[in-house]
Amino acid sequence: MPMDAVRRLVTPLRNSPVTSHYPESGPLLQFATRGLPMVDQHRCNGEGSPASACIRSCPTGAILAAPPDAASKAPSIDAGRCIFCAECVSACPSSAIAMTWRSELSRTDRAQLVERPVEIDPGISASEGSNIADHLATTRADDERTRTQIIGRLGRSLHVRHLDAGSCNGCDWEIAALLNPYHDVQRLGIDFVASPRHADLLLVTGVMTRNLEEAANRTYQAMPEPRLVVAVGACAIGGGVFAGSPQTGDGATSRLPVDVFVPGCPPRPEAIIQGLLMAVHLRGSGIGDAAGSGGANAGSEAPAGPAKAPQ
Amino acid sequence: MSEHDAAAEVLVAVTLREPGEPVSATAIREALALHLDHSVSPTAPGASGDLLVPVMREELTAAIEALLELDATHVMLTAFCLAGPRVGRSPRVQAGLAVEEVMAVPNGPLVRLRIVLPADDPSYQSITPLVPAAQWDEREARDLHGVTPVGHPDPRPLVIHDAGTTPASAAAPASSSAATPASADAAVPSPYAPPPAAPAAPEPTVPPTTAPTVPDVAPYRAFVAHGDGVYQLPVGPIHAGVIEPGHFRFSAVGESVLYLDARLFYAHRGIERMVEGRPFAGALPVIERACGVCTVTHATAYSRAVEELTGTVPPARAQMGRVLLAEMERLYNHVGDLGNICAGVGFNYGISRLGFQKERLLRLNERLTGHRYLMGVVAPGGLRLELDERGLVGLGSLVTDIEHEVRATVRHIVRSEGVMNRLHTTGILTNAEARRLGALGVAARASGQACDLRIDRPTDGYREIQVASVGASSGDVAARFHVRAQEVGVSAAIVADLAGRIPDGEISVPLGREPRSGEVALAGAEGPRGASWIWLMAGPKGTVARLHLRSASFANWPIVAAVVPGNIVPDFPLINKSFELCYACTDR
Repeated sequence: MPMDAVRRLVTPLRNSPVTSHYPESGPLLQFATRGLPMVDQHRCNGEGSPASACIRSCPTGAILAAPPDAASKAPSIDAGRCIFCAECVSACPSSAIAMTWRSELSRTDRAQLVERPVEIDPGISASEGSNIADHLATTRADDERTRTQIIGRLGRSLHVRHLDAGSCNGCDWEIAALLNPYHDVQRLGIDFVASPRHADLLLVTGVMTRNLEEAANRTYQAMPEPRLVVAVGACAIGGGVFAGSPQTGDGATSRLPVDVFVPGCPPRPEAIIQGLLMAVHLRGSGIGDAAGSGGANAGSEAPAGPAKAPQ
Repeated sequence: MSEHDAAAEVLVAVTLREPGEPVSATAIREALALHLDHSVSPTAPGASGDLLVPVMREELTAAIEALLELDATHVMLTAFCLAGPRVGRSPRVQAGLAVEEVMAVPNGPLVRLRIVLPADDPSYQSITPLVPAAQWDEREARDLHGVTPVGHPDPRPLVIHDAGTTPASAAAPASSSAATPASADAAVPSPYAPPPAAPAAPEPTVPPTTAPTVPDVAPYRAFVAHGDGVYQLPVGPIHAGVIEPGHFRFSAVGESVLYLDARLFYAHRGIERMVEGRPFAGALPVIERACGVCTVTHATAYSRAVEELTGTVPPARAQMGRVLLAEMERLYNHVGDLGNICAGVGFNYGISRLGFQKERLLRLNERLTGHRYLMGVVAPGGLRLELDERGLVGLGSLVTDIEHEVRATVRHIVRSEGVMNRLHTTGILTNAEARRLGALGVAARASGQACDLRIDRPTDGYREIQVASVGASSGDVAARFHVRAQEVGVSAAIVADLAGRIPDGEISVPLGREPRSGEVALAGAEGPRGASWIWLMAGPKGTVARLHLRSASFANWPIVAAVVPGNIVPDFPLINKSFELCYACTDR
């Protein structure tokens, strides 16, 4: 049926490209997008004790009481546990917690996922929001800097193996979305491979269930060194809503050496791309080149040593 | 209209179906009395209008035979502990286990046949020979609660993979639901450690609903075929793609599959156990995340169960909002799966075009609720968060536009001989098998079974709208493809209709009365994969004593394994995608 074949070829030509330019352009957020909640330390009534309404309201224990010696008693928010449900926002009696649009929250250090309460001028109410907007602009600028750095390093391809260690499959669908025409991670030189033996990076989702422990461990062991591990989603980072179940571990972090943490429940596709690029950055700086890989790949001057160099 | 479109029209029928004559509870009791040789005392209808019939454990099969004569279908089988409260007219037992088989009489109430098992001998005659659809339910109940179905044709463990070596119920103390913050402080790094108290659960005092019985089961051995030229092909649990974990062992001769042994439950997180003792609201985030792409379905079923227990009626805006969200969920799942079926045959045009339409739908979800997978909106009492007005504006026309794009792509796919050749006569599920094995959702409708909770047992806003019924009869991958494609049109029409006329007003009401401890409610919701059901028993002070989630994927998975033999190995991904089942929903 040649006419249909012709039509299939012609139809795409009529459409303009849909692919996003992330990370050069920012993520496509909606007004309602629920990002990481933020605590205004001046509005917080300063209890900061485990009895505070926000701490009790959180289904995953993501809100941490301030340490006793801290200047401010406002609690911190652990992005690695947060499921972005906005329960704390409605629970706070003094409206000190607000949802933000921040969704690209990847960090290489678990401790850095804990967000301290922000300094906001007490003279301006949070709802008026100008200072919150300023704060967001600053973090946005930080994100931009990270991106520029990352892109400078990304002159190579990265082969990723996905490992579902017992997730709800939300993260898995977002990872699958990376391959759709909009996000299309292949444009960044990132591709998914069928075997861990071909992979540079293990993208782990899920809580690490008892039934999967052995398979997950063997997947990791099958990877050639140097290897990177990126934990995607609250479950992989700390167990998420399933933390403490007798049938699960508390995330991939309890079993695998994680290099990059990507918070979210599930993380938006752009956030996962950010995490992957951050891992590439690590690779360039030699951090991911674990022991036993030999000197050949642990290049420090020229960031060489990828599993596969681009043509 | 070309001849191909005409062929598709013949294959798929879109009709408006009216429910038939109602069957009364009295008629059911009479039918039961006839088989049991004694009268069945009328019990007060349950919170959800269902009929609880306590029977002796020797009478269970006779009672099921009576219901089968009324064309009843299996809904779920679940086990729980009767310790404490005296429930209904069942005899008072001390820490005895009970098993409930729930069957749905068409146009009639749900019937809950309850048997009580003595603590020292928690066994009963297996119902699987009578109701094959109950095969996995019984194996699951044995693995998780230690009730033994005597005479079950497949005695292998299902959920707990290392059953026999480390029984789950023994490893985790039965009092796990009563864990206190003190036990959380004694942080034990083992995954077998008892769960720390949920932050949202204030000192639950529910009796354990799971007996610490060690299930007496043999270690797992795959069923394989033997003979000249028969070889085994093990696949998984880690697959060559972005797929969930499951182990498939094909016994094949050449390319033809003789037998498929599917082993799932790798992603078993034990969520039913986790939520025991939590307050109703505290269990929601966990139930919602049983599966990341059936969130509205599960949250709605759970919320309705809670609402029935507490006598709560959600406001009109919430009721219609739930319909809108459920149809958005169906849309993105169906569109994504049409693309995945293309992936099963390597038709890149369809993968890309439909992949992008799915992305557009996910963005609409985010615009409407702030979450691409609609999490955190549906809750007991109504909706937790307001639907964003900016998301509702223009939603109808955007969804209609997406539907046009999907339809155009589907037309291209249907005209591609190469694709349709793979789809036709592949993975046939006959009407009789669909009924015998209890198929649900698209899988059932593509095999000529008219079953759709939105039409058969409408709830929430579905009572006020008409849902067109889509059906086909050939039962192959092509039939499931066409049914799904037509349902995209039906759902898009519902969204386009509702988006502009969601009633104003409150989005939620506080929960009503506090349910009696031991009261049970059943609620279902038709999701993209079929009907999911929640069986919920209340504990003291508005907590969950026991919850069972029977997802549509759980009911349909054994059918996939039964349909594959006779097909070639490379068609397995295609058949699998045409059923589009979640592993996470099944494993929980």
